[in-house]
Amino acid sequence: MTEALLRVEGLSKRFGGIVASDDINLLIPLGELHAIIGPNGAGKSTLIGQLAGELAPDFGRIGFGGHDITALPTYRRSQLGLARSFQITSLFPDFTVLDNVALAVQAHAGHSFHFWRAARREDALRGPARAALARVGLAERGDVLVSRLSHGEHRQLELAMALATSPRMLLLDEPMAGMGPDESARMVKTLRELKRDLTILLIEHDMEAVFALADRITVLVYGRTIASGTPEAIRANAEVRQAYLGEQEAVDG
Amino acid sequence: MTAWLTPRNAFVVALLVVLALVPVYAGLIGNYFLMSLFTRIVILAMAAVSLNLIMGFGGMVSFGHAAYLGIGGYAIGILAKEGINSGFVQWPLALAMSALFALAVGALSLRTRGVYFIMITLAFAQMVYYVAIGLDRYGGDDGMTIYKRSQFGDLINLSNKTAFYYLCLVLLLLAVYIVWRIVNSRFGMVIQGARSNDRRMRAIGFPTYRYKLVCFVIAGTICGLAGALLANHTDFISPAMMHWTRSGDLIVMAVLGGMGTVFGPVIGAVALLVLEEALSGVTEYWQIIIGPIFLLVVLFARGGIDGMLLGARRD
Repeated sequence: MTEALLRVEGLSKRFGGIVASDDINLLIPLGELHAIIGPNGAGKSTLIGQLAGELAPDFGRIGFGGHDITALPTYRRSQLGLARSFQITSLFPDFTVLDNVALAVQAHAGHSFHFWRAARREDALRGPARAALARVGLAERGDVLVSRLSHGEHRQLELAMALATSPRMLLLDEPMAGMGPDESARMVKTLRELKRDLTILLIEHDMEAVFALADRITVLVYGRTIASGTPEAIRANAEVRQAYLGEQEAVDG
Repeated sequence: MTAWLTPRNAFVVALLVVLALVPVYAGLIGNYFLMSLFTRIVILAMAAVSLNLIMGFGGMVSFGHAAYLGIGGYAIGILAKEGINSGFVQWPLALAMSALFALAVGALSLRTRGVYFIMITLAFAQMVYYVAIGLDRYGGDDGMTIYKRSQFGDLINLSNKTAFYYLCLVLLLLAVYIVWRIVNSRFGMVIQGARSNDRRMRAIGFPTYRYKLVCFVIAGTICGLAGALLANHTDFISPAMMHWTRSGDLIVMAVLGGMGTVFGPVIGAVALLVLEEALSGVTEYWQIIIGPIFLLVVLFARGGIDGMLLGARRD
């Protein structure tokens, strides 16, 4: 059995009367692209929030690369190599594209109590930042202010910033949200390339993309895991079809 | 070719030349008051520059920044009263006390956000204000005269008005330069990133709290130096130095001049205090005129005066 990079055991979280995570167990081995799907309100973002450290679970444990990270603050998890992108684009709008990514590089280049040298002239920050931009196809847009990017480019930049922290694992919260078909296709291509080097947990509504990319899929409904397995197994699962895929298949016809 | 020769930079240079020539002009026309006014402007500009480091670049709106003026000033006054006049003792102590106070205020207030942050910084400043009122030995409510300015041996005589003015001006420029270096350093990137999007900063791996705290302490220390200068300038300390309206004035200077640049608050300080002086000669209700001007700047020139000038950049 392969060693799990991310290990989630009995994770539970309620908000008042609503159970957002109900005894969730996940084992994601090194190198896997694991997709989480489920209808709106299934608790997908709550799950990512707990994995990233922005929400504290009520019960359960989260292990990452042999560390128990259940109680670690967000920045420590990032330093251990767990990077996330946000569903709603979350960038630094008054910085340039390159500034944004360089900041992510800087976060993992030792402490930042350097008060004197001009950070925008440091090749040690700018170089890796340019490389990360190139990986997501934004190499030409480095000097543009983030507030002037298109929506699709924002999503690409989100990904570049996660990559720039030299992570071992990516938590991607709907990277294709709001994208047109062309942009989505490009993102699928990018993710397929990233998949070779990184372990990825992907939350996504675009079923076509999920089934094209995922090694394994977990289906969440009302905070509970109703199925977990290969794309083929999930497609064939009766409960999943009824709870979730049913309507989609009917539409796709 | 001359990319730096913009209307804005020309204005900044002109302003610096004016500031540098104030003593010469005042000497020519024998106007001592002008010197005194501009010494005050330069000192308060330094306080505004320090406030802008945390407010403009760090997004930390401190409504108690005048407290550091008071702490710096009282450190000088109290030591002078107790017979310790050496500037080599007074000034480092003034800076250390300001830094320490900033550390305490920052450690608590930076755990909050928005309006709560503003209120906590105000509350701390009010606390210091009332402590100063309670210091009967050091003048209490009425304040206290300082009979001897800080002594720096043969190095510089602070009682020489011209020498003192130039010392203040050099320290202001030094403060502007230091803040400029800080803002563009790795540290400054973290501070600005935290202003823009603190949550994302933590997600990419920054423990933002400690960076903001250090920034808060740096700003408090610079302002404490301004307080030490102010006490030497007026030869007087009183709780009024750190009245909350003074904190408000510093915010107005930064906003009026422009929070987006390091030099903006200097422009703001000159504009506000010169305007105040000129208008109070015309009418005692000068605030009625300054109020609408401030309102117009906030509404129509989001980057303050400096932002307006930068907008006029020809490129």
